[in-house]
Amino acid sequence: MVESVSSWSRNGLRDFLLQRLSAVVIAAYIVTLVFYFACHPALQYYDWESLYTASWMRIFSVLTLLSLIIHAWIGMWTVLTDYIKWILLRGLVQAVILLILSICFIWGIMILWSV
Amino acid sequence: MSEVIGESTTTTAVQFSIYRYNPDKDEAPYMQEYTLNVPAGVDTMLLTALLRIKDEQDPTLSLRRSCREGVCGSDGMNVNGRNCLACITPLSSLAKRPIVVRPLPGLPVMRDLIVDMEPFFDQYKKVKPWLQNENPPAKEHLQSPQERELLDGLYECILCACCSSSCPSFWWNPDKFLGPAALLQAYRFLTDSRDKGRAERLKDLSDPYSVFRCRSIMNCVDVCPKGLNPTKAIGKIRKELLKEEI
Ligand code: SF4
Ligand code: SF4
Ligand code: FES
Repeated sequence: MVESVSSWSRNGLRDFLLQRLSAVVIAAYIVTLVFYFACHPALQYYDWESLYTASWMRIFSVLTLLSLIIHAWIGMWTVLTDYIKWILLRGLVQAVILLILSICFIWGIMILWSV
Repeated sequence: MSEVIGESTTTTAVQFSIYRYNPDKDEAPYMQEYTLNVPAGVDTMLLTALLRIKDEQDPTLSLRRSCREGVCGSDGMNVNGRNCLACITPLSSLAKRPIVVRPLPGLPVMRDLIVDMEPFFDQYKKVKPWLQNENPPAKEHLQSPQERELLDGLYECILCACCSSSCPSFWWNPDKFLGPAALLQAYRFLTDSRDKGRAERLKDLSDPYSVFRCRSIMNCVDVCPKGLNPTKAIGKIRKELLKEEI
């Protein structure tokens, strides 16, 4: 049993399932958008706005954004713990990635809520 | 082909390029070339050829071997880029010349083809590879044929380390990821009807490294000289962990 890990849930199975679940959410979102574009060939600003003000779409978008952040973090954490052995550098790179992901999340929420 | 004078056998010259490193003498490892005449029409095993090189050309060449029939697991090495047991690898199965022989990757080299197996066995010890049972029956511990069958494809492992030392996840985290060989044994005891340590065993495997560093690329399955499938066992451990969780 390996103690002291900074993954998402500190539990291998939960991380493993979260990564797969988040991938499904992201895939579903992409499929939904592609389907939407296919159904609206002459897309106008108002169609776009009404799509993004619908509450189901807001929830779906936030959920996808969250999935993206979790998916990216688990993936990056795994890659970094494989390849960067110098603990200081790894900590630094992890902190930078966490910062970027947090900014993306907050910024994403702000964009979605400003529609 | 060349005619050996005094004997009527025909021989073929085979070139070898062998990894050499003696930490007492050499500053860095290097590759040494050898040529050996092997009898034509006989499918010489790689181990036989290496031992002949050692006997006839260079007694300093160091390697491990014991059973010379694929049972003891001591002569795992990397040949033409692939891990195998030298004693059951016929020269005819090695297409490339010279035959490039290196020690198992990912383990510290002690000398020439001899690696330090300690990191490998440290991971093996972590899975507690013995039956856990507080109250064993006084006499025999019976299993039904079906229960016994569950151990097939698991118990045959000879701990040669060909699999773990071909696994990138083991190269990067040899102290944290248990590696395919240890995980195969972890499952061997998880699925044994006589073992009662299931909950504790699963708890020990639940962190993000021990099992979950496996990325299912199946290098281990590709090289196992006993034809075992550690990836499948790892998948089953994941399933057991899921069952335990929900
Ligand atoms: S399947 Fe898993 S254990 Fe086997 S070589 Fe790949 S990462 Fe290693
Ligand atoms: S699983 Fe196969 S390759 Fe791995 S140690 Fe056992 S016998 Fe060797
Ligand atoms: S010498 Fe025993 S397995 Fe090859």
